[in-house]
Amino acid sequence: MSKNYYDAADLRKFGKITEWSEELGNKFFDYYGKVFEEGALTAREKSLIALAVAHTEQCPYCIDAYTKDSLQRGITKEQMMEAIHVGAAIKSGATLVHGVQMMNKVNKLEM
Amino acid sequence: MKKSLKARNNDIANTSRQMEILSNGIFADGKLPTFATKIKETNQLPLRPKKLEILQINLGYMCNQVCEHCHVDAGPDRKEIMTLETMNQCLEVIKKTEAHTLDLTGGAPEMNPNFRWFVEEASKAGIKDFIVRSNLTIIRANKKYYDLPDFFKKHNVHVVSSMPHWTRGKTDKQRGNGVFDKSIKALQELNAIGYGLEGSDLKLDLVYNPSGAFLPGDQMALENDFKKALKTEFDIDFHSLFAITNLPISRFLDYLIASENYEDYMVSLVDAYNPAAVENLMCTNTLSISWDGWLYDCDFNQMLNLKVASKVKHISDYNEELLQNRNIIINQHCYGCTAGAGSSCQGVVA
Repeated sequence: MSKNYYDAADLRKFGKITEWSEELGNKFFDYYGKVFEEGALTAREKSLIALAVAHTEQCPYCIDAYTKDSLQRGITKEQMMEAIHVGAAIKSGATLVHGVQMMNKVNKLEM
Repeated sequence: MKKSLKARNNDIANTSRQMEILSNGIFADGKLPTFATKIKETNQLPLRPKKLEILQINLGYMCNQVCEHCHVDAGPDRKEIMTLETMNQCLEVIKKTEAHTLDLTGGAPEMNPNFRWFVEEASKAGIKDFIVRSNLTIIRANKKYYDLPDFFKKHNVHVVSSMPHWTRGKTDKQRGNGVFDKSIKALQELNAIGYGLEGSDLKLDLVYNPSGAFLPGDQMALENDFKKALKTEFDIDFHSLFAITNLPISRFLDYLIASENYEDYMVSLVDAYNPAAVENLMCTNTLSISWDGWLYDCDFNQMLNLKVASKVKHISDYNEELLQNRNIIINQHCYGCTAGAGSSCQGVVA
């Protein structure tokens, strides 16, 4: 057992989750594969969305995977960084918009 | 300008050292299956040639560029150049071969002093598709090369040129400072005389190699991106884009090791193994001839000094029938041609 919580080599073992729950695991991977196929959105656009979400979720495996995937698709560094800013803006916006809830509560409680 | 691995006496310039790296480590300890094991699973071992379609001739390792990923380890300091005697031996073969495509490569093949004579003589043989792999910048490197676009047109040469990205930064990082601007200028000159235009018989294709330790993406999607960007920014047209995987040999192998990407890259290649690509591997329809006339299954085997497994090993003894009876030599670098949609000098194969 690794002494670290995350090990980059573990990403390659992702498929093994099916070993302990075959049906659910296979359903997940089928769904996952289908999601990333070309559709109304291009596979390239989906890769950039995945990269942004990988950062907001702070998943090191996903960041490794979708950084490489972006490079493979010819996505530039500038495009990748802009995508991450979109994620960061939503993440910080989502934090700040709760400020309204705080303000509502303050207004309700204060005389 | 950077020197070749050979001029720097780099360990990796030694082909037996490269073979040692490719055969040992993660492949020897069973962490990854060898290429032979992998193709055996689908009963494709031994790998055998199909009908010969392409003769690829390397006119020399000299080049005006020193690209970071070059599997030839080409550069201005490489003096290996095909002689007239070997060229004449090649011409004899070109006249009688069954192959429909002649593919001239290097280095920069145009730097061979007898390049034009050879093209003129070879074009008389009536080869259907006559390819010259031009690095583009050679056309702008020196006045003596300025007329190359017209020369190509005169002999209806199919020009295939490297262009790793549509942005200056990525291209120059892989191919050297100033390469992007010179390449753009050369492409515009080729367009100006009819190369690469829609409906034109003057074929102009580009080659994309990833500029780092990752695999190429979908060839068609990349082609669309290249077409859109080059047209919008520089009013450049071309016909097709070939997406080629960097094979873990020579300078790219050196880069992989130095950047500590070697194992991850080999894992990526093995994970992306596509048995359907084995069927159409370029070594099954191509013969590669080195500057000094030796015969190889492909350009990569040439750079690893893995001569064909046949009684006939040199152009001077050429016998197509005997050569077609050989087993193709494979090793772990072959995973580079079977990853994803596969890879060959003509792009994807599956």
